[in-house]
Amino acid sequence: MRPVIPYVTAALLFGLGGYGVLRRRNAVLVLMAVELMLNAVNLVLVTADTTVRAVLPHSGQVFALFVIVLAAAEIGVGLAIVLQLYRLRASVTVDDVPLAERSSEGAAR
Amino acid sequence: MTGADVLLLALGAVAVGAGALVVGTRHLVRAGLWLVVCLGALAGDYLVLTAELVAWVQVLIYVGAVVVLLLFAVMLTRAPIGPSDDLDRPGWPAALVGAGSGLGLAVLLVDAFRWSRVELPAAGTAERLGEQVFRSWVLPFEVLSVLLLAALVGAIVLSRPDIGRLTERTEPAAAAGDEGGRR
Repeated sequence: MRPVIPYVTAALLFGLGGYGVLRRRNAVLVLMAVELMLNAVNLVLVTADTTVRAVLPHSGQVFALFVIVLAAAEIGVGLAIVLQLYRLRASVTVDDVPLAERSSEGAAR
Repeated sequence: MTGADVLLLALGAVAVGAGALVVGTRHLVRAGLWLVVCLGALAGDYLVLTAELVAWVQVLIYVGAVVVLLLFAVMLTRAPIGPSDDLDRPGWPAALVGAGSGLGLAVLLVDAFRWSRVELPAAGTAERLGEQVFRSWVLPFEVLSVLLLAALVGAIVLSRPDIGRLTERTEPAAAAGDEGGRR
């Protein structure tokens, strides 16, 4: 097995995910691109498990499982935020999210 | 080139191609469906790399749960049939950063591993991985369970608007009466 093949696959997937995070305006599509990046990291971990003989066997695969759990938690909270944003503003465009408006709104109330 | 290399190349090409379509397509729903193809190809990669348990967990959690959640979110927010034009912002900086990080990492890894060859280790079956998780990685495992609980509670609080509103109001009694009246 040539480890360079999955490693290069993972690097390209990570680049695609970064491109998607910066390019997309729809929040759900941004989350999909984040999933691509997380999966690239998983592929690196699993491949490293085959190439590096660690003291503890299969550490890379255990870490990959942990990353999958983290991704599940992230997507749950992320989608809750996105749906709440949609309920408030009727749009999920990340460009339109007001980052500084909250304090003035609170003062007006 | 052995059979495993050919499989890895083919599955990697499918994964990268589907990933490019995920970040490039102008159909919202199709992006989610291409994500299924990409994650499925990666699960095949894990199988070739003898990570059996990770592959099946990937199929169960990613393809089964995460993508379904994402598609639900697409349907709940806005699901136009056909292409939408307002999905992207002008993308030269994004292309620069993405191509730079992707190709830079690829060059780094190619330089590190060249065309070297390794023997595949013993398969990562559920028995072996479970032994590792519950022997060497117990504390991270338990911390992860607490994190999952926190994420669950956080998602529930976020998606129930009445919880936040009760604390925001100055008069909790009036708010409670309002709630009761609405129900």
